[in-house]
Amino acid sequence: MTVTINIEHAKKVYDNNNVVIPDLSVVIKPGEFFTLLGPSGCGKTTLLRMIAGFNTIEGGEIKFDDRVINNLPPYKRNIGMVFQNYAVFPHMTTRENVAFGLKERKIKEPELSQRVDDMLKMVQIEELADRIPSNMSGGQQQRIALARAIVIQPDVLLMDEPLSNLDAKLRVEMRSVIRHIQQQADITTVYVTHDQEEALAISDRIAVMNKGVIQQVDNPVNIYRHPVNLFTATFMGQSNLVRCSLDGKKGTLIGTDQSYEFNRINDDCTEKEAIICIRPKDLKFADKGIKGTVKERVFFGTDIHYTIETGAGELLLSCSVNDPLHEVGETVFLEVEKDVVNLFTTDENGTTLMKR
Amino acid sequence: MKRRKHTREFTIWNVMTIICFSFFAFFFLYPLLRMIIGGIYVDGKFNFDSYKKFFTSRYYMSAVANSFKIALTSTCISIVTGTTYAMIMRHVKIKGKKLIDVLLLVSTITPPFLGGYSWILLGGRVGYFTKFINKLFGIQFPGIYGFWGIIFTFVVGSTATMYMYISGALKNLDSSLVEAAENLGCRGLRKIIKIYIPLILPTVLSTALLSFMRAFADFGTAELIGEGYHVLGGLIYSSYLGEVYRDGAMASALSSITLAFTAIIFMIQRYFATRKNVEMNSLHPIEQKDYKGIKGILAHAYIYFMTTLSILPILTVTYNSFQKSAGQVFVDGQYSLDSYAKAFSRMGKAISRTYIFGFAALALILVIGIITSYANVRHRSTITKTVDTLTFFPFIVPGAVLGIATILAFNGKPFYLTGTSIIIIAIWVIRRLPYTIRSSTSVLHQIGASVEEASQSLGANGIHTFFKVTLPMMFAGILPGALLSWVSCITELSSSLFVYNNKNMTMSIAIYTQILKGNMGIASAMSTILLVSAATVLTILFTSSKGKMDFGL
Ligand SMILES: Nc1ncnc2c1ncn2[C@@H]1O[C@H](COP(=O)(O)OP(=O)(O)O)[C@@H](O)[C@H]1O
Ligand SMILES: [Mg+2]
Repeated sequence: MTVTINIEHAKKVYDNNNVVIPDLSVVIKPGEFFTLLGPSGCGKTTLLRMIAGFNTIEGGEIKFDDRVINNLPPYKRNIGMVFQNYAVFPHMTTRENVAFGLKERKIKEPELSQRVDDMLKMVQIEELADRIPSNMSGGQQQRIALARAIVIQPDVLLMDEPLSNLDAKLRVEMRSVIRHIQQQADITTVYVTHDQEEALAISDRIAVMNKGVIQQVDNPVNIYRHPVNLFTATFMGQSNLVRCSLDGKKGTLIGTDQSYEFNRINDDCTEKEAIICIRPKDLKFADKGIKGTVKERVFFGTDIHYTIETGAGELLLSCSVNDPLHEVGETVFLEVEKDVVNLFTTDENGTTLMKR
Repeated sequence: MKRRKHTREFTIWNVMTIICFSFFAFFFLYPLLRMIIGGIYVDGKFNFDSYKKFFTSRYYMSAVANSFKIALTSTCISIVTGTTYAMIMRHVKIKGKKLIDVLLLVSTITPPFLGGYSWILLGGRVGYFTKFINKLFGIQFPGIYGFWGIIFTFVVGSTATMYMYISGALKNLDSSLVEAAENLGCRGLRKIIKIYIPLILPTVLSTALLSFMRAFADFGTAELIGEGYHVLGGLIYSSYLGEVYRDGAMASALSSITLAFTAIIFMIQRYFATRKNVEMNSLHPIEQKDYKGIKGILAHAYIYFMTTLSILPILTVTYNSFQKSAGQVFVDGQYSLDSYAKAFSRMGKAISRTYIFGFAALALILVIGIITSYANVRHRSTITKTVDTLTFFPFIVPGAVLGIATILAFNGKPFYLTGTSIIIIAIWVIRRLPYTIRSSTSVLHQIGASVEEASQSLGANGIHTFFKVTLPMMFAGILPGALLSWVSCITELSSSLFVYNNKNMTMSIAIYTQILKGNMGIASAMSTILLVSAATVLTILFTSSKGKMDFGL
């Protein structure tokens, strides 16, 4: 029984008249893994806690299917929640933690034990079943929290940066555990993170948020390839922003003599100036093109990052370690992958000029 | 759209806070107000005679000066002795540290009057030490009486407390801070002045306040050891309970003045303490090292000496309780259990009564403390904030002042409660409430809200969550403080002395009256019973918490 979460014109104002979410609408589909992605302080936690019932809603409606839940207390919403700091009950064993929600629902033996055991097996912590969580690792505690949230068969699963307290390796491992379990359980899931890589790896769809406003909702590939504005584009990773003058689809990078025919630009585009967002991967060394001097070279293992001084400013280029090396001080030429890069308006919104 | 802030639960907790507060208001605010008014409003009209008498009389003014002198001197000295003690214990591996910790903990429960009493037995005119020294050197040392005798008793009494709090602060001091200072060329005394002192200052100041308050309004010690050295506490006591006359207005005025002084001292302390507040959280506490040679010997000597001083009162009392006694004096070299037999036959009721009262008070303290702190932390409102602030006031009200206030308020119309068990329990609850509320507030902040939210999201409503999750989690955190409260209750004297009657005597009152009557044997036996039961509780507590106790102020 999976539900649709329907958020219509939701508004959040904190006590001090601080409007954190002015007007937010989004539909989260049944069984979907939906991620709220945005910089710290943009209101992701606030929105999640409105869905959970821990924050009041100052305007609009939040519906589970057709049921308005605005004034439903948290314990009646049938949600599973996973917290950044795990929030496992320190005075209960793993098993008691997982059984907690079932007991609240008056589930009797033998079903109770059956479901708890199944769940423990699913998140692979059977051997910790009778231990107190206080000395367990972060990964183990988060597995308990996950099991505890899912075992109650919630309508909605909410997770607030559940992996950010874990080390890098565990983060990747837990990422797939979460994804796997979510798919098995088929629960509508809202996941909060500020890590774009994590969001891209785990989600069905992503909502990119800034200052309480959703910028774009789309699947990971589209978010990455077709950002609707400069904010989304730059939030998805390091980017070179270069101004260019525009004449129809022909753009000239300011400070260089390089022009490109950007075929993906809207046919009716009348802008005379634009900002090109070039990801480091979309710059290539070539025999001709933008002329520059290598200023710095940083070795990252699989990648090498070059900082190159050009007429258009410093540009960051990333290429494979196996490519031919360039030395600091060397004069080089750069080519832009013109069919991949995105152009945006120069106003403060930085709206995309590209076709889909 | 209407805000959903005022949920049902919010209302429930606020109402509970008000219920708790009405207890507090009735047994604390009301008596205090009546006392303050009673000092200036006599027989239906304003009358400032008591105040005039106070401020114009050399006798009263010198008592104030004496109290200040005693409190300041003893506090300053015990800051030095306590800090030294804590610094040594933190840095030097002392042999028998565990035992020392337990002994000190036990010593902190010695009620001040017992300390005074046993120091007379030891260092008084005919005390063991006095006799020994005089024989040894052939001198006429008169014993530890007067000003320095009082100071000595207080310093010995509060060094252990000082040590415990300061040691807690030092535990939070990360060794990397000290190492960083050393790397930057800051060593020796400069290191102590530049790094240690600023970092432990807030703790030192709040402990100093505790010690100051205790000394400032004390009357038992000065009565026993002072020998005519009159102090404010003594005046309060004799103005109301004295044999000569009973002057309610004067007692009120004296108490109000004392209260004003302690309030000012408190505000001064707060002013400095909050300005110097530092947040510390240590990952690598300072490690104790083995010190060889003269340094090590001196360190050990100091620790052993101070520890011995701290527990000597208890040892003396215990030893005496097994001695044969003939009224005022103990018979050397003859032992018996007579004192215990007499104690149980005459005072058996008092013993069981003390425990019952103690547990009743503890239960009330816990209920009120947990409710008010929980409401204020999780369902904060103007009401809860006000209650939280007001419930801190008993901290600055000296025991004798509270005693006077209570007896004046409940000794007549419209509430006849003096001498009832209710009033004694209430007084104990009021005195310990500030500590419990503070400690459960900090425990609640530590727990954080997300665990409760997890519980709610799993389907447990507010009440279920509170009982199944919050309360069990809080319990471990507030248990040490709670048991300490129990111990303080059963050893409490300065307030309950004013409101007891013979049918409702508690152990510490009984001990005090037996001392005054000169029945030293019974007094010693009862003291031993009192101390042993308190020590048992503390030892259990200490071992079960593996020495990681937090006394939370
Ligand atoms: N309880 C609160 N009271 C007042 N302001 C808050 C509260 N919680 C969050 N805020 C404010 O709301 C904004 C969004 O916070 P949050 O939702 O926690 O951001 P995110 O989770 O995206 O980092 C921040 O500016 C924060 O200061
Ligand atoms: Mg957040």
